[in-house]
Amino acid sequence: MTLPVVLFAIVATITAVSALGVVLSRNVVRMAVWLLFTLIGVSLLYFLLGAEFTGTVQLIVYVGGTLILIVFGVMLTAQGPLRELRTRPAEWVVGGIVGALLFGLLVTASYQIALPPASTDHTLPGPGPLGLTFLGVTETSPTANVTGLPDDVVVPRKPVAYLLPFEIVSVHLLVVLIGAAYLARAKRRVKA
Amino acid sequence: MNELGIQPFLILSAFLFVCGVVCIASKRNAIGVLMGVELVLNAANINLVAFARFNPAFRLDGQVFALMVIVLAAAEAAVALAIILNFYNNHATVDVDSADELKG
Repeated sequence: MTLPVVLFAIVATITAVSALGVVLSRNVVRMAVWLLFTLIGVSLLYFLLGAEFTGTVQLIVYVGGTLILIVFGVMLTAQGPLRELRTRPAEWVVGGIVGALLFGLLVTASYQIALPPASTDHTLPGPGPLGLTFLGVTETSPTANVTGLPDDVVVPRKPVAYLLPFEIVSVHLLVVLIGAAYLARAKRRVKA
Repeated sequence: MNELGIQPFLILSAFLFVCGVVCIASKRNAIGVLMGVELVLNAANINLVAFARFNPAFRLDGQVFALMVIVLAAAEAAVALAIILNFYNNHATVDVDSADELKG
């Protein structure tokens, strides 16, 4: 039991228990709080994997942005009976069975994937290489080969850059901003 | 970290995914459904970053797509909340079972 294993066990337990809390709690405010702990646990997992920049972005955008948005939605809509809408027990049974089957399927599938080649260098690129690849600088790790091929076939990765997806995401954010502002603008209520 | 392997991350991500799917399927509050979607997206993100860590061919790609998923999830939450607020304005409820105007 080394330190990373112990840390992973702690963080994974926190994340899994909070995710279970999101599913099982009836009150929508409590669901939001459980979701907060799940998102923080996922960002700690990123830090544990060595992806510091992704973990920071997860904390800033998800915990600081998306979750605040959801809490605002809860605040604007949770009134009286709407705060606790109960699910019928039969639906819980069906949902639980389907969920357990899906979990079994995913676990067996994750044990059957071909293991990636063992490499000595496990450092993930920091914000510098990530920013460069978003700006269109083609760069890939020199030792990387395409995985999932037969053993005697070696195909090196082609260098890739992500300028076009970056531009698409930025335009998409603008469209979403305008669309959300149009959809949520103040209107007269049709029926009280 | 190397002795841990990729499997624990995949299993944790599968657990989060299943929690999200059950949340989407069983919650009656529309905002609860939205939280289930967030859980599913986070599960996919854990997979992406774990493969970036353990497979040298995806060292850059995994993180890049995880960042894109985070940004697009924020956009999706904004639009979904706008739709939910509109629904609440028109129906005075957020129960997804009462959204049945399109039933044939």
